[in-house]
Amino acid sequence: MSTPVIEILGLDFAYPDGTEALKDIDLHIHRGERVALLGPNGAGKTTLILHMNGIHRAQTGTVTVSGLPVTAPNLLEIRRRVGVVFQDPDDQLFMPTVREDVEFGPRNLGLTGAELEHRVAAAMASLEVADLADRAPNHLSFGQKRRVSMAGVMAMEPEILVLDEPTSNLDPASRQDLTLALLGLDVTQLIVTHDLLYALEVCPRSVIIDSGRIVADGPTSELLADAGLLAAHRLALPAALLLLAGAPDPHRNPPRVN
Amino acid sequence: MSSSHRHALFVHAHSPVHRLSPQVKIAAALIMLGAIVSTPRETVWAFVCYGLALGILVALTQIPIRFLLGRMLVLTPFALLALLFPVFGTDPKVEILGISLSEQGLWDMWNLLAKAGLGLVTAILLGASTEIADLLRGFDSLRAPRLVTAILGFMVRYIDVVVGDLNRMRLALASRGHQGTSIAHWGPYGRAMGTMFIRTYERGERVYLAMESRGYAGEMPASSRVKATPGEWAIALVVVAAFWAVAITARMTT
Repeated sequence: MSTPVIEILGLDFAYPDGTEALKDIDLHIHRGERVALLGPNGAGKTTLILHMNGIHRAQTGTVTVSGLPVTAPNLLEIRRRVGVVFQDPDDQLFMPTVREDVEFGPRNLGLTGAELEHRVAAAMASLEVADLADRAPNHLSFGQKRRVSMAGVMAMEPEILVLDEPTSNLDPASRQDLTLALLGLDVTQLIVTHDLLYALEVCPRSVIIDSGRIVADGPTSELLADAGLLAAHRLALPAALLLLAGAPDPHRNPPRVN
Repeated sequence: MSSSHRHALFVHAHSPVHRLSPQVKIAAALIMLGAIVSTPRETVWAFVCYGLALGILVALTQIPIRFLLGRMLVLTPFALLALLFPVFGTDPKVEILGISLSEQGLWDMWNLLAKAGLGLVTAILLGASTEIADLLRGFDSLRAPRLVTAILGFMVRYIDVVVGDLNRMRLALASRGHQGTSIAHWGPYGRAMGTMFIRTYERGERVYLAMESRGYAGEMPASSRVKATPGEWAIALVVVAAFWAVAITARMTT
């Protein structure tokens, strides 16, 4: 098999106060995969992705990105390869205009001139934000901000795009736009979410993490069909779906038996 | 939405002044200020010249007079202070409308009002014809320290976000029945400000994390410098030279 884009072996991580955030994580993500990382709040999802781009360093175990270990001398290249889109786009869009923001990453990689322009134009086109180039980020809609922050990451031509809760605060139309954008991007993707339906819509494979451990890894449809597994890890499908599947209406009195 | 992504000091128009490169406007404005400030206060004619020249520039820039006057209100506290100079100034006194006023004080008042007023019009001209992002690029092109322009850029970028946070917090206070009518009600405001500080600090950390994730290694990347043409510099030179010609003549005639 080819070298995985992300290879994590025996990763442990504890915060300075002793809180164990990750325990014995093994995870492989291969080129072209689209994987959902599911888990309740506080499960360690964000901590795990911050290991992938070297913001956190492995205390035990190893993290490798396309064969390159996450170590101090490799950091710039690691951060080029792993593009993280954070949850709040206001944290990510810090330059005065959209174009300058999309340019930020490639410029840090040392690109200039025509190469830079080409990179930025391609990234903006892939997320359909080219018409926003000269706008200030503060006055974009939330969905636009989300797509622009993704363009800023795509401009680094990452090998894997990591999105932290990409659907939070999006209205249904923007959510649909995001889905189309993600499905249209030719890049390996890891989508951190607790939106199970979104995982099903976009990701063929899901990994469930709870209390810092990977508790399940398999086809999304199979994991979501396992009600016991979901309940054990504080994940639940929307009530409407359960209703369609034949569950009783919670607002109707149970039929009386005389 | 058409105008809301511009700053409050900006006037949308397609004037020749708007079209000038930002660094040309910034340099010209600073040098013009130098001329105005260094003009001896007794040469009233020189200030009239500056006023006329700035008037022409205001007209060229298509700044509405109401907008200009509104922006000039920031001068009010200084003007009020200046009004006190003639009253409390030293002898000799002159009699104007039956009030005995200090001659020295009158000159001080004139000096402050004329220079601050003309200086303010110059600054308004610059602000009204240049968007913030262009101003930052202009300062960059003039080789202002990148750290300083970066900090200014962050300030501009996040001021709306922070004000939004603050408004939501005020709304939350009001929605749970808080009234800020007396000083006794100010406690929650103080705590809200404390919370704001912590939230802003945390946002700063998250922004830094996002910067690091996109390869930031301690230095802001150079922005694409906007090139100003020699023609633009020549136009600016003419205006600036006119101001300094007046200033130098005024200095030599006193």
